[in-house]
Amino acid sequence: MLTFAIFFPLIGAAVIATLPKTQEGHARSIAALTGAMVLAAVAYMFIDYDRDAGGYQFIDSSTWFESAFTDFDLNYAVGVDGLSLPLVALTAFLSLVAVLISWKVELRPKEYFVWLLVLETSLLGVFSSLDFVLFFLFWEVELIPMYFLISIWGSGNRVYSAWKYLLYTFFGSAFMIVGILTLGFTAGTFDIRELGEIGPVEDAIIPAWAIFSLIIIAFLIKLPIVPFHTWLPDAHTDAPTAVSVILAGVLLKMGGYGVLRMAFNIMPEQAADANIIFAIIAAVSILYGALMTLIQTDLKRLIAYSSVSHMGYVLLGASSIGVVGMTGAATQMVTHGLITGMLFTLVGMVYDRAHTRDIGELRGLATRMPFITAMMMVAGLASLGLPALAGFVAEVTVFLGTFERHEVWTIMGVVGVAFAAGYILWTIQRVFWGEPDPKWEGLTDATAWWERGPLLAMALAILAIGVYPAWVMDLLRDGVLPISERLG
Amino acid sequence: MDDIKFFGPQLALLVAAGVLIVTDVLLPMAGRAAYAKRRPLFALLALTGVGVSLGWSLALALSDDRGEAFDGMMALDDFTLFFNFLFVGVAGAIVLGSMDFLDKNRFQAEYLALVLAASAGMSLMAAGTDLIMIFVALELQAIALFALVGIQKEGNSGEAALKFLLLSAISTAITLYGMAYLFGLSGETSLRGIAAFVATAGGESETALIMAAVFLTAGLGFKMAVVPFQMWVPDVYQGAPTPITAFLSVASKAAGFAVVMRIFLIALGEGIITEDWAYLFAAVAAVSMTVGNVMALVQGNIKRMLGYSSIAQAGTFLIGLAAVAAEDPQLLLGTSSVVFFLGTYAFTNLGAFMAIIAISHKIGSDEIKDYAGVAKRSPVLALALAACLLSLTGIPPTAGFIAKVYVFNAAVQADLVWLAIVGVLNSVISAYYYMRVVLNMFTLEPESDESFLPSPYLGTALAAAVVGLFVIGVYPGPLIEASESAARIFG
Repeated sequence: MLTFAIFFPLIGAAVIATLPKTQEGHARSIAALTGAMVLAAVAYMFIDYDRDAGGYQFIDSSTWFESAFTDFDLNYAVGVDGLSLPLVALTAFLSLVAVLISWKVELRPKEYFVWLLVLETSLLGVFSSLDFVLFFLFWEVELIPMYFLISIWGSGNRVYSAWKYLLYTFFGSAFMIVGILTLGFTAGTFDIRELGEIGPVEDAIIPAWAIFSLIIIAFLIKLPIVPFHTWLPDAHTDAPTAVSVILAGVLLKMGGYGVLRMAFNIMPEQAADANIIFAIIAAVSILYGALMTLIQTDLKRLIAYSSVSHMGYVLLGASSIGVVGMTGAATQMVTHGLITGMLFTLVGMVYDRAHTRDIGELRGLATRMPFITAMMMVAGLASLGLPALAGFVAEVTVFLGTFERHEVWTIMGVVGVAFAAGYILWTIQRVFWGEPDPKWEGLTDATAWWERGPLLAMALAILAIGVYPAWVMDLLRDGVLPISERLG
Repeated sequence: MDDIKFFGPQLALLVAAGVLIVTDVLLPMAGRAAYAKRRPLFALLALTGVGVSLGWSLALALSDDRGEAFDGMMALDDFTLFFNFLFVGVAGAIVLGSMDFLDKNRFQAEYLALVLAASAGMSLMAAGTDLIMIFVALELQAIALFALVGIQKEGNSGEAALKFLLLSAISTAITLYGMAYLFGLSGETSLRGIAAFVATAGGESETALIMAAVFLTAGLGFKMAVVPFQMWVPDVYQGAPTPITAFLSVASKAAGFAVVMRIFLIALGEGIITEDWAYLFAAVAAVSMTVGNVMALVQGNIKRMLGYSSIAQAGTFLIGLAAVAAEDPQLLLGTSSVVFFLGTYAFTNLGAFMAIIAISHKIGSDEIKDYAGVAKRSPVLALALAACLLSLTGIPPTAGFIAKVYVFNAAVQADLVWLAIVGVLNSVISAYYYMRVVLNMFTLEPESDESFLPSPYLGTALAAAVVGLFVIGVYPGPLIEASESAARIFG
């Protein structure tokens, strides 16, 4: 079931790739159908997951290849637990959203949807791998579709941004593979389930903290943390709308997921020792991201910087090394995925109509596009942490969990929320309210089903988590519980 | 009888080479147009030789016959067989890939015969277990390659050939000097005999043995094209006909590595200087990777770029050789990682060159900037080249990814974490120049809209290479098994 969900997008991509040129118009329908099938499969797993039993479920595993001269095999092993299942669901959901909001792509549509589906496979693979090398494989595969999607279908300085994205990520993963191999050699296995149980890493050929650092660098770059964040505003701004949605919604979570599942889960001693460092980095990222947001004039760049700030909460929650904080971090990943995905979708729609993202130019759009404005209010308020919407639950849990251990740094994080309220309300006010500009007379609202459908679905999900968070948070808590227990 | 049986794969190539020359002599002299008509006949003859050779190797691989031939001059073992398949497969691809270049060329028969002879020489290099045999095989392929590099007679082909000839002669002399040291010390030319001497040698012969190792590394370093013996690479790669560049970068390099493995692992494998040469290789590996990659960054010509990149790749293979200094199991892991890497590299680099031959032939330029918009004109070729470049970078799901994981794994297990880190940082550098080509092809606008496809000959070779690199990337088991059984002969 899980293997099917991971690789089904590849089948869809293959079908699209073989379409004759005259049938290009069907590419999007096939992509949407593929995305819907995957989402259905993932939804089934979400419901069917036995929450009482917990642990990894829907496991598929077989030997991938073995080497006679090493004492461990490489396995194809996938499975989901409470931590990865919501992220898998988020991926399937946002991938379908990405396909739908790309309904009007005209430039080389076949290739576009092929890369989008390849991207989905790699992301699902990252979150469900139970073998560290397999995880790394999916982690690397993701680079190719991303690189093409940004450099071909992007806007502005797209080629530069694609480069920056590629090289930053590749730089991080270069260290990761050395860390993985060293760890695997020390532990005699690459299986994440077994690696979680190995206890303190001793007798490694290099010091344990060195292995820990090699592994975590890639995740911190991806998350991203200041000062390794500069690829993010560029990539987000220049990527096409749907790709920004995936980037902010899912790709950044690969970093957060890696921190929790790989770094903290496998090497808890080193994580616990370094927890104060992570808290400081997190606080710096939160504040720096928020401050940078205030001076942005480009709507997309603004949301991109707000992501830097919001992903800081993920790291802050993790640095608490307690179950509450880490549950908050995991929840923040899911809610930020939905909220920022929605924000990017909306900004993309505004940009498609007005052909500008300049906050200074846009004014009084509410009268022209009431639906988009309403949706913007939902997403914006959720983003600044209004109670009853998803962002609130996640951030409050992070603060509750972290305050005890890192008082000062948590307070600085809370200050970040105040900034968020400032920049979001200020932006919405400038762009949507105020005197309608005659220049924007001809703009139309989002009316097509492929625009309204995804937006409503995202809004619903944000509301559902905000009002009744338990359906996701219980799952996530069960997922991070074993990790926090190891952290002591 | 066993002599001929074990020698069969090489013999088939040499016979086919002879038949080609004789056929050419028997056919009447003709004008240029007639040569185009003769092309399929010559191709058929050459490919028959390749086919017989491959079939023979396959039959040997399936049987359990292993042993020595010609009084211990050469050995038929899994290592030999692996390289037989590699060199003969490469020869087949080069024959197919040369067809566009040979169109209307009046040296068709000579060219193909030389390719086959060079391949026979390379596979004998891998099979040789005696210094004399190894040297003769080395010369057989070197002399064939001089002629091939210079066969074009236009552009800087001649200059390239002369440069190649002179530097190759020097390197041969140095190799021979190293061999002479080994012979002088041990009184033996067979590798086993030398090994027996080295294993018991005391401190008094240490200096002389180190000298021998250094000379052999220097001489064979030319074949492997590693820093600091790489000066010839960019000019020769650029000047030679592109199929021959492909041949040099894949087969000639692999032959150099095969000989180095035979000599160092068997003759110098156990004894007082094993650690010394392992450190030597580690240093050469680190320098080669770095110099090759940094120089490749600034190249505008794609053949020169691949030349420097092949220097860097050779450095990566050397990581595996450096990794054999530790204890026994690691020794085999390091060796098998080199063998495996050479196998994947053959698919990857051949594929890249085949795509370049097809594209450059059409756009009439080897400059990377002229590759702009190739994806619009020929999506298939652009994707094929992109796949090969991704494999060279080491991005999954291609063969190059598995190869890099495998070789870095060997390094880590041999306590060479620093070398693995140098290696991965170099892959980041390499990503820049490999992906720059991809970027040019996919994001820029072409100068003309005329679409094109590779010729059937080239297309076959290219398709085989690209399919191969994905198959290995997803299902590497069989090739890993083959590499490991090849490495086992050193156990």
